[in-house]
Amino acid sequence: MSQDTTVDSPESSDGASLMSFDTELTLGLPGESRSPARAPAFAQGHKKNCTKRGFMETVIDLNLGTSHISMPRGQNSESRVSGTGKYPAAKAQVTGWPPVRSFRKKTLEGSSKLVKVAVDGAPYLRKVDLQIYSSYQDLFRALEEMFTCFTTRDYNMEERKLTGALNGREYVPTYEDKDDDWMLLGDVPWKMFVESCKRIRLMKSSEAVGLGKYKFS
Amino acid sequence: MNYFPDEVIEHVFDFVTSQKDRNAVSLVCKSWYKIERLSRQSVFIGNCYAISPERVIGRFPGLKSLTLKGKPHFADFNLLPYDWGGWVYPWVEALAKSRVGLEELRLKRMVVSDDCLELLSRSFVNFKSLVLVSCEGFTTDGLAAIAANCRYLRELDLQEIEVDDNRGQWISCFPDSCTSLVSLNFSCLKGEINLTALERLVARSPNLKSLRLNRAVPLDTLQKLLMRAPQLVDLGIGSFVYDPSSEAYIKLKATLVKCKSIRSLSGFLEVVPCCLSAIHPVCQNLTSLNLSYAPGIHGNELIKLIRFCRKLERLWILDSIGDRGLGVVAFTCKELQELRVFPSGVDNAAVTEEGLVAISAGCPKLHSLLYFCQQMTNAALITVAKNNSNFTRFRLCILDREKPDPVTMQPLDEGFGAIVQSCKRLRRLSLSGLLTDQVFLYIGMYAEQLEMLSIAFAGNSDKGMLYVLNGCKKLRKLEIRDSPFGNTALLTDVGKYETMRSLWMSSCEVTLGGCQTLAKKMPRLNVEIINEDDQMEFSLDDRQKVGKMYLYRTLVGPRKDAPDFVWTL
Repeated sequence: MSQDTTVDSPESSDGASLMSFDTELTLGLPGESRSPARAPAFAQGHKKNCTKRGFMETVIDLNLGTSHISMPRGQNSESRVSGTGKYPAAKAQVTGWPPVRSFRKKTLEGSSKLVKVAVDGAPYLRKVDLQIYSSYQDLFRALEEMFTCFTTRDYNMEERKLTGALNGREYVPTYEDKDDDWMLLGDVPWKMFVESCKRIRLMKSSEAVGLGKYKFS
Repeated sequence: MNYFPDEVIEHVFDFVTSQKDRNAVSLVCKSWYKIERLSRQSVFIGNCYAISPERVIGRFPGLKSLTLKGKPHFADFNLLPYDWGGWVYPWVEALAKSRVGLEELRLKRMVVSDDCLELLSRSFVNFKSLVLVSCEGFTTDGLAAIAANCRYLRELDLQEIEVDDNRGQWISCFPDSCTSLVSLNFSCLKGEINLTALERLVARSPNLKSLRLNRAVPLDTLQKLLMRAPQLVDLGIGSFVYDPSSEAYIKLKATLVKCKSIRSLSGFLEVVPCCLSAIHPVCQNLTSLNLSYAPGIHGNELIKLIRFCRKLERLWILDSIGDRGLGVVAFTCKELQELRVFPSGVDNAAVTEEGLVAISAGCPKLHSLLYFCQQMTNAALITVAKNNSNFTRFRLCILDREKPDPVTMQPLDEGFGAIVQSCKRLRRLSLSGLLTDQVFLYIGMYAEQLEMLSIAFAGNSDKGMLYVLNGCKKLRKLEIRDSPFGNTALLTDVGKYETMRSLWMSSCEVTLGGCQTLAKKMPRLNVEIINEDDQMEFSLDDRQKVGKMYLYRTLVGPRKDAPDFVWTL
């Protein structure tokens, strides 16, 4: 995984950077810059530089979400948070949205195990489906793609730490199990982990001292 | 007008197969009406409450195949209370009492009881085909009756049905003498199945062309079934879980290579994704692939698979394919006609406008689209419209309600406008994202062939709905939710609704008074108000806004089976 990521630096994470995208569309992997000079990259072996949903970009998305005009609606108008908060409240869940047949919803629910992933320092959560991965390495690869702060070779199996490329801090991958205990990822066999994991937290190393069976309040 | 004896005309009518054409033929003169009605074998009823079974049987005594649709489309999304209606029993009962030699029954969004299936199975000696889509209300006991009693059964096809009570013995109820099966689809059943009985059934069904299995059929059984039925054209794999070094898997690989007729593949409800190589030989000939229930096939394994599918015409997939995966589809599947991308509920690698643009550029034959995505831009839609003016079905669902173009922060009016202007043969359209009345102006102006329109969280005023009602002359079904359309829009052209099958409006601005006015003016419409909240009493306040209204044209007046919470005005 190359180090020369093209994720927008935090300093330029305002609406302007997204506004400057060309409206001329080119084919390419998500998250690449859209300059026409860049050739489409279907070839296998081309590594993603970054994902569309790198967390800084998602922070941008959330910011922009506050600024659109609130249109008047019928009696089911949802309250829309505007202005003050940096991260607006998510829209209320509404019956029948997205419009997916309940059979499909139920079937996919049954065959997926969605858990939330939190990263210390990131303002939002992501969801992953643990059922689609077959090993811890698989899962880390996906986390790396999602959060773009880590690289697989930064994962130190021995000490079970991930090194964040962005800020160089070490992260410890932890999860909360069925007994509400916080455990280190990798402690138990993969299948057992999938079965017992309720949510995942990539904790800053400094906070993870003495982690074993450790109850969080 | 009649230069020929009736038999000759009837013979000519044999070549007129589409219902639309036959309807037209029947209007020419009385004589043709009579000949047509006596010779019609296949009848399609788009709304089971528009007509009574007795009248259908009276007009078409030679009926062999009946297709019925019950609940409105938005029932799929839990917008309709459970007991609203759509029971098929009265139809089967009426048919059973008559002398109709029913051979085929196809139902969509109807409630089917075990009793009904039992009655069906016993009443029609030549019954051959049962197709149920999004139906409910029965158990495997009903299936057992069908299996046991329909001696010449050719087709049993269950699609997207929730059958709770599930014991796998129904499959044993096919008698040994039943050798006529052509199509068997029980992929949606959740429970166990008697594997031995299934193997024996397939072994004695030489005409079997379509077989879709459920999750409970393991790999070694699959292999045995394929050995017995190498002539299969359509295969649905339930479970694809195995140890790659196992003999079962090696055998399966070899068997699959022999199944040269498979053109359609689906399922993979349970899958170990790492070695899908057994499937690759099949991929080369596939015209239809449905992986929309296979979240386990993703990433590079999925892309590898797609690269083999050069002949694909229909692809149903989850959004975990990502824009990158859609790029591969665009590159590989030049024959693609229909694409459906469903939401997987997972955040990483969902699709955006990029994937859609890639597809529209790479797949010139694409005409049918269902696309759930994170975002869409006007520029992308304009590009899609330029690339492809063939769309007959264009359904776009941006998961974030009322989301504007993220680049310009504008509504998506211009984008959808470009689509309707370019795609002159568009028959079905679903909108999403931030939309003003302007998009409806475009739709009214350009969507001349539009038959079905789905609107959610869109528009600013009654003008929006009026543009559509005035402009779309061929509109048959209009369904609207959470949009600010009120009585003015509803009442401006009441005659319009008799030219349509139905109108659904929920969480809009129409009031009880408005609906009552409409019902009074148009006696041949059933205007149903559906009130499920206990709090909402049927007060007589005309100004009260109506939660859910469903109106449809009908020749038989208010239905007698409406539950308490449905008020037909």
